[in-house]
Amino acid sequence: MDLYEYQAKELFARHGVPVPRGRVASTPEEARSIAEELRAPVVVKAQVKTGGRGKAGGIRPAPGPSSTEAEARHVIGMDIKRHIARTVLVEQATVPFEEYYAAYLVDRADRTFLAMVSARGGMDIEEVAATDPGALVRMPIDPVRGVDREIALELAARAALPEDVREAVAGVLVRLWQVMVEEDALLVEVNPLACTADGRVLALDGKVTLDAGAGFRHDHEALADPAEGEGLEAVARARKLNYVKLDGEVGVIGNGAGLVMSTLDVVAYAGRGFGGVRPANFLDIGGGASAQVMADALDTVLADPGVRSVLVNVFGGITACDAVADGVVAALRMLGERGLSRPVVVRLDGNNAEAGRAILAAARHPRVRVVTTMDDAAELAARLAAA
Amino acid sequence: MAVFLTKDSKVLVQGMTGAEGARHTARMLAAGTDVVAGVTPGKGGRTVDFGERRLPVFDSVAAAVTQTGADVSVVFVPPRFARAAVEEAVDAAVGLCVVITEGVPVHDTLRFWARAQAAGTTRLIGPNCPGLISPGQSSAGIIPADITSAGPIGLVSKSGTLTYQLMYELRDVGFSTAVGIGGDPVIGTTHIDALEAFQNDPDTEAIVMIGEIGGDAEERAAAYIDKHVTKPVVGYVAGFTAPEGRTMGHAGAIVSGSTGTARAKKDALEKAGVRVGQTPSETARLMRELLAGRAGTV
Ligand SMILES: Nc1ncnc2c1ncn2[C@@H]1O[C@H](COP(=O)(O)OP(=O)(O)OP(=O)(O)O)[C@@H](O)[C@H]1O
Ligand SMILES: [Mg+2]
Repeated sequence: MDLYEYQAKELFARHGVPVPRGRVASTPEEARSIAEELRAPVVVKAQVKTGGRGKAGGIRPAPGPSSTEAEARHVIGMDIKRHIARTVLVEQATVPFEEYYAAYLVDRADRTFLAMVSARGGMDIEEVAATDPGALVRMPIDPVRGVDREIALELAARAALPEDVREAVAGVLVRLWQVMVEEDALLVEVNPLACTADGRVLALDGKVTLDAGAGFRHDHEALADPAEGEGLEAVARARKLNYVKLDGEVGVIGNGAGLVMSTLDVVAYAGRGFGGVRPANFLDIGGGASAQVMADALDTVLADPGVRSVLVNVFGGITACDAVADGVVAALRMLGERGLSRPVVVRLDGNNAEAGRAILAAARHPRVRVVTTMDDAAELAARLAAA
Repeated sequence: MAVFLTKDSKVLVQGMTGAEGARHTARMLAAGTDVVAGVTPGKGGRTVDFGERRLPVFDSVAAAVTQTGADVSVVFVPPRFARAAVEEAVDAAVGLCVVITEGVPVHDTLRFWARAQAAGTTRLIGPNCPGLISPGQSSAGIIPADITSAGPIGLVSKSGTLTYQLMYELRDVGFSTAVGIGGDPVIGTTHIDALEAFQNDPDTEAIVMIGEIGGDAEERAAAYIDKHVTKPVVGYVAGFTAPEGRTMGHAGAIVSGSTGTARAKKDALEKAGVRVGQTPSETARLMRELLAGRAGTV
């Protein structure tokens, strides 16, 4: 789960990482009143979950309340790389004397944490990384020891930060590591990590990704994006279905993430022969495939008005195909009229496939077509969607 | 022979007294696995009956190992206890620890991985994996044993159901070992580890490698194949239609920016001489062609 900058900074503050004073606003009037409270020049910052906001004009200084209101009016609703800014962070302007870069992340390939620090932070860090990789120090972090003062000082030294700020930066690096560990973050990135003329070090930006798998030991729910709580994906989430909305015409239901991803590909591949028919969604119903889960899945997929045909692709392993077929039949009965609205192609393979197909054939559902192979099933689903 | 798991493997099940653990212990026994014990803290001293087999339950992995000589552990414990369970297996120097649990926090995986590395005595497979099976010999995990048979193909895959699909399509040819390495962003045994083992296994003649979007494990595996694998390999990659920035079922299956795409993985594999199928069925067909071609040249 990616956080907005203002949420990241709230976490930072909770763990003792210095950040500018400020708050989030969803209207220009609110932005104005925050500026009035702060009684100082502010920066109005578009809250979107993507980088490069500064370059896109989403970061705007405002000397006083009325200019804050005007800038907020300009920024709220702004489209930055197809992300709409619904809110702005209004925070005290800090004049950075120097801008550094600091990040912790998970290195999938080396299976360790990685710290990255640079003396050349700011909006051009990608360019620094590309043209002068030596200026971006990378150091693996032992997950058991973590980042203590000694390691933080080593990072600051290796990045060749000015000697007189190393101690202060190291203190912040240790606290950022606490954010990483105590919040189960997969990424904590601060760019810029500002050093002011009077020697203070503070995070002017914050990017945090939390591990959704660790949700059971945190109360991170409040950080979930309200914008992600709308539409079919939210409905599916409430039903505990693993659903991703796409924009094609063939609804896809299957068991197992890999098999469903593969099914989407095979549908798109077959769809080329029918004017570019595409998959409408990803939906993994996992192992069991009970009638209720199947009914929820079909109901969710059929609620997408773009869906013109449905492909149910199940490999019968531990739950054999006859049980899956019983589930499909019962699910369609539960859906009644709704289950009749679009053709459903079912492909069953694996254990007891014959028995499963026989059950579906005997049920004589008017919209169900049973196909043996995945490739043929995708072809038929694409053909029906194009018809 | 086979890789990682053979008929001589003595398997213990961490979490055997739970519903999932019990269900799959019964299936593993039915597949011929020599399951010797269960471990559930606080339930030591009990026994659990599986048909005519009566298995002892121990409080700790260490005790189970001492009493039974177990050298493989399969972990079915819930996410919040997974780290402690795996660390126990590592500390008891169990040679192979297979973590079936889905939803283990990445921080926990990194910590038990570091511990296993430091100890140097435990191979980890998973988490979030279906385990592995050497058909006709042993099964450690949840791969259905009755969809395939023993034979000359080695298979390694991030995805469980795609493993099953390919095992089923090639059931008449059969498998030495099929290894599901798991769909998490951080996993123990990698494609490369499995490729290396298959290359060195006299009973494996050809290899199926299945990958999916996310990370660059497939690209690394391709480079490894290019340098070190002389046995024929066919590949399959899932996730061409996955949108950027969305997690597709597996926690690790996500395209970030331009990294982790299916296209890049397929290209890398093909550059290394791997024939990559457009669909699972085509992948199975490529494997058949390959084996037929080899038979013809002998
Ligand atoms: N509170 C502040 N006071 C003064 N200047 C600021 C403040 N916040 C940000 N800035 C300036 O604006 C620049 C861009 O801000 P920020 O890094 O938050 O956005 P961004 O460009 O989207 O970052 P990224 O490129 O990392 O996504 C910073 O490098 C900094 O110079
Ligand atoms: Mg920034």
